Amino acid sequence: MVEVLSGPTGRGSYSGALLEVENLHVEFHTRQGVAKAVNGVTYSVNPGETLAVLGESGSGKSVTAQTIMGILDMPPGKVTGGEIRFRGVDILKLPEEQRRRIRGEGISMVFQDALSALNPVFPVGWQIAEMFRIHRGSSRSDAKKKAVELMDRVRIPGARDRVNDFPHQFSGGMRQRIMIAMAIALDPEILIADEPTTALDVTVQAQIMGLLADLQRDSNMGLILITHDLGVVADVADKIAVMYGGRIVETAPVHDLYRTPAHPYTKGLLESIPRVDLKGQELYAIKGMPPNLLEMPSGCAFHPRCPYRREDCATAVPPLYPISGTRGSACHYWREVVDGSR
Amino acid sequence: MSDPSVTQDLIHGGEGPAASVVSSSNRPRSLWQDTWDILRHRKIFWISFIMLILFLLMAAFPSLFTHKNPDYATLAKSMDPPSGEAWFGYDLQGRDVFARTIYGARTSIIVGVLATLVTVILGGVAGVLAAYYARWVDSILSRIGEIFLGVPYVLGAIIILGTVAPAQSSPDRVTIMAVVIIVLAVLGWPILMRIARSSVIQAKHQDYVQAARALGAGPFRIIFKHLLPNSLAPILVYSTITIGSYIGAEATLSLLGIGLREPVISWGIAIADHTSYIRTGAHAMLFPAAFLSLCVLTFVMLGEAVRDALDPKLR
Repeated sequence: MVEVLSGPTGRGSYSGALLEVENLHVEFHTRQGVAKAVNGVTYSVNPGETLAVLGESGSGKSVTAQTIMGILDMPPGKVTGGEIRFRGVDILKLPEEQRRRIRGEGISMVFQDALSALNPVFPVGWQIAEMFRIHRGSSRSDAKKKAVELMDRVRIPGARDRVNDFPHQFSGGMRQRIMIAMAIALDPEILIADEPTTALDVTVQAQIMGLLADLQRDSNMGLILITHDLGVVADVADKIAVMYGGRIVETAPVHDLYRTPAHPYTKGLLESIPRVDLKGQELYAIKGMPPNLLEMPSGCAFHPRCPYRREDCATAVPPLYPISGTRGSACHYWREVVDGSR
Repeated sequence: MSDPSVTQDLIHGGEGPAASVVSSSNRPRSLWQDTWDILRHRKIFWISFIMLILFLLMAAFPSLFTHKNPDYATLAKSMDPPSGEAWFGYDLQGRDVFARTIYGARTSIIVGVLATLVTVILGGVAGVLAAYYARWVDSILSRIGEIFLGVPYVLGAIIILGTVAPAQSSPDRVTIMAVVIIVLAVLGWPILMRIARSSVIQAKHQDYVQAARALGAGPFRIIFKHLLPNSLAPILVYSTITIGSYIGAEATLSLLGIGLREPVISWGIAIADHTSYIRTGAHAMLFPAAFLSLCVLTFVMLGEAVRDALDPKLR
């Protein structure tokens, strides 16, 4: 097991998917009760592949990512079931010391708000260089040289002059580039980007997404892109997993999902995007509120808000029905949804 | 730091007097450099800084200020008032008050600084551990701290010192100073623990700590590179002020006859020895008392100046 995890020799020796999350359950124990944040999430990522995990706040997308990274605060969080396999090894069962070695080297992460994700008291170059010093034991000057190279690679203009600058001296987009530089410093096989563009303005969003896509192509990383923005993922993602109430409600190759959504929630999301050709019409909105994680609706979590709802939706939890190939929808009436969107 | 206007101020130096200095240099700026730029334009900082240097010189090289032997006694001159020969007069034993006041600085400052150092180490370690490991570690350390905090300062000191070094005993200089330092620190560390604990808890929930964990940093690195540097400011401010209050506390204990005692030379002892003579020879008490007050004031002012410079809300 250790051999698989440490050193480059382990790479590629496992034939299954690079990262597999299977039937993951995560709960939070709060004063008000038990919040079931993740209820049986299953997804996988291969080298060079981009999986977009889409969902609104509280859908469990970030909690899943934090569980993969092993940075979930426990307590209150608790993994109650499932496996996370990285190169075939269930990392949830590994001792903390081995998990720590995977972080940064095997699986790495970019955070939403890069200003608060960078330590305000150290220069950015120092923080990037830290990665080499922690994991590779590089010398100070060596690590700094590599930090400048990385800053060049994430296209920070004048990297050599800015290596000693502090995080607050950078703009939002530049900070996110530094965060990305830190995350890719050790050539991770999986990069998780948790809403990497949410704190940025639209033009910068496109640059950052482009950068992530380029970096992924260069190094053949698997990318998990967590977002609530359908517009962001269309160009870069290979497949999409839509989450609602801690479950994956639809999974599909990106173009199929946009063309023919097979779950009422996905459909509602797509219809709520403002479109130039529908100018002047009232924008569609999914009625109701996101589910309360402490009191999950019975049956399908989406049924109180669903236009396709029937009686059995309130009692029977829909499994992820296979539709075709890698497509799946957790809706009893997915056929109607697909037909309705043609 | 997350407030954008503050960030702007940091970059452009705000509208304060620091503006010209900041904009003229393109060096990278850290929190500490900004703090220094604010500090060096503050009068209160320079006043307390110069006084601090004076007191430190007194403590390190008392012979720069006086060539007299503070232990040389001429009983014939007992309680003689200030004169050209002895600026501060003579004390009860006929010793030069000026020389004794100068030599007293060393004791007071050593006690104040060392007691603070021990407090910071005890309280800081306890606070960081409590905040980082939380749960039962936090509960136990916090309860222990509260027990110590529940003991009234003077009462606690009387009990400990009365047991370890009763008033009639005559321990040597080093022993009695060490005992007083330890007593001050033991009774004072819980406050520093609370400050360290709360600022580390604040830093702990910042994204950069999560990010550091996600990128593979271990507990040691997280504590020393992320938590401590980001919670240093309140600890630093409190310690500076604490040096002053410990110097005062040392004098209080000496006055009560349970703290430092002969042959140690200290302001507290000088005050204690001459309280009964305040009507006939106030000089023997007033001069050491004035130096004591000034020294406490110096550290308190310095602490306040640093706090003002570090607190972005007051900029």
